[in-house]
Amino acid sequence: MKLNERSVAHYATCDSPTDHAGFLRKRVERHHHHAHHHHGTSYQRRWFVLKGNLLFYFEERESREPMGLVVLEGCTVELCEAAEEFAFAIRFDDAGARAYVLVADGQAAMEAWVKALSRASFDYMRLVVRELEKQLEEACKSLAACCKSPRRSSSSGRKRHLSNPALLPLQEKPAVVENGYSTWGSGIPGGTTCPDRDGGHTKPPPLPPRRRSAAGSAVGFPAPSLLPTMPESPVSLETDCFSKLHSWYGQEIAVLRREWQERQKRGHP
Amino acid sequence: MRYNERELLSLARQPAEKAAEILMRVPKKGSVLKKRLVKLVVNFLFYFRTDEAEPIGALLLEHCRITKEEENVFSISFIEEPERKYCFECDSEEQCQEWIEALKRASYEFMRRSLIFYRNEIQKMTGKVSPLK
Repeated sequence: MKLNERSVAHYATCDSPTDHAGFLRKRVERHHHHAHHHHGTSYQRRWFVLKGNLLFYFEERESREPMGLVVLEGCTVELCEAAEEFAFAIRFDDAGARAYVLVADGQAAMEAWVKALSRASFDYMRLVVRELEKQLEEACKSLAACCKSPRRSSSSGRKRHLSNPALLPLQEKPAVVENGYSTWGSGIPGGTTCPDRDGGHTKPPPLPPRRRSAAGSAVGFPAPSLLPTMPESPVSLETDCFSKLHSWYGQEIAVLRREWQERQKRGHP
Repeated sequence: MRYNERELLSLARQPAEKAAEILMRVPKKGSVLKKRLVKLVVNFLFYFRTDEAEPIGALLLEHCRITKEEENVFSISFIEEPERKYCFECDSEEQCQEWIEALKRASYEFMRRSLIFYRNEIQKMTGKVSPLK
């Protein structure tokens, strides 16, 4: 089966976030039993780099290209009863598949690797994101409940203006709204009471009354995850409503935060 | 570069986010559009001959660019080689847009950005800091 290896190798060595890295000794798997003097297992020290659900290993730390890749889907990570201390194994659900036995330098390193690898699957990450999405939705709802029920600004075309990071050129962080400042230049109408002198770490500013916001350009937040309950289902009703709520709050909040921070700065000479 | 092909093949058999028969062209000289079963599983796009159980190939969808081309057509290319495009011709504009949206979200990097964003937003709203992972 072909794989876009050049791109994969490039991804391995580029400066995208690394979840974990370090030296590990990798057990050499022999497929044939040649007539060796002894059948002891041997290990080779390699530089390992974990990016998402991909575990790359390099011959040397400075190597320009990975020697190999272990795709970490459908696997478990467990401590190993090998002869070696600080050994752990990556095992796949597929019964006939070989396990990868790796040996860390010490207890702490082993624990760190096992922890990182256990959380490396795409599904795990998706669950975490989904959970945070829900938390944000809850937070939005409780804030909305605190203030009067909000009047939504006309937003027929707005959803499309508000791009998500997937539509932006690839970048590490979502962009912050810049062009909203011209609208808010004269201060916030509607008399928002902002807790801007309270030493400020814990309380976010209260939600102001509804206003029309500037047409959004790059508000770089993601649309709700399309976690399908079944394959090929389109965006569900739930995510459609949430994304509207999300767009509406997201833009406002980005602008408010900036203003709040500016007031904070002015309050601290 | 070695990789655990067996596990990738196993992954190709998992339930897909999205799967469809789509005309596909690989960025190879003289290559033409061919009908393929295209299947999105986690951050991999597998493509099969329509009557075969094992995929011809897989594309890791990290650091890739999904571009709308002409009508019904989108392409996938990778950052370091933007001219080398895998082209996909869908049955309809709607199908084309659905695939573009799904593929743009189908990377671990996208989820990472989402995570950071949500975490920051929650912190701003509630003052609570949640762990990154």
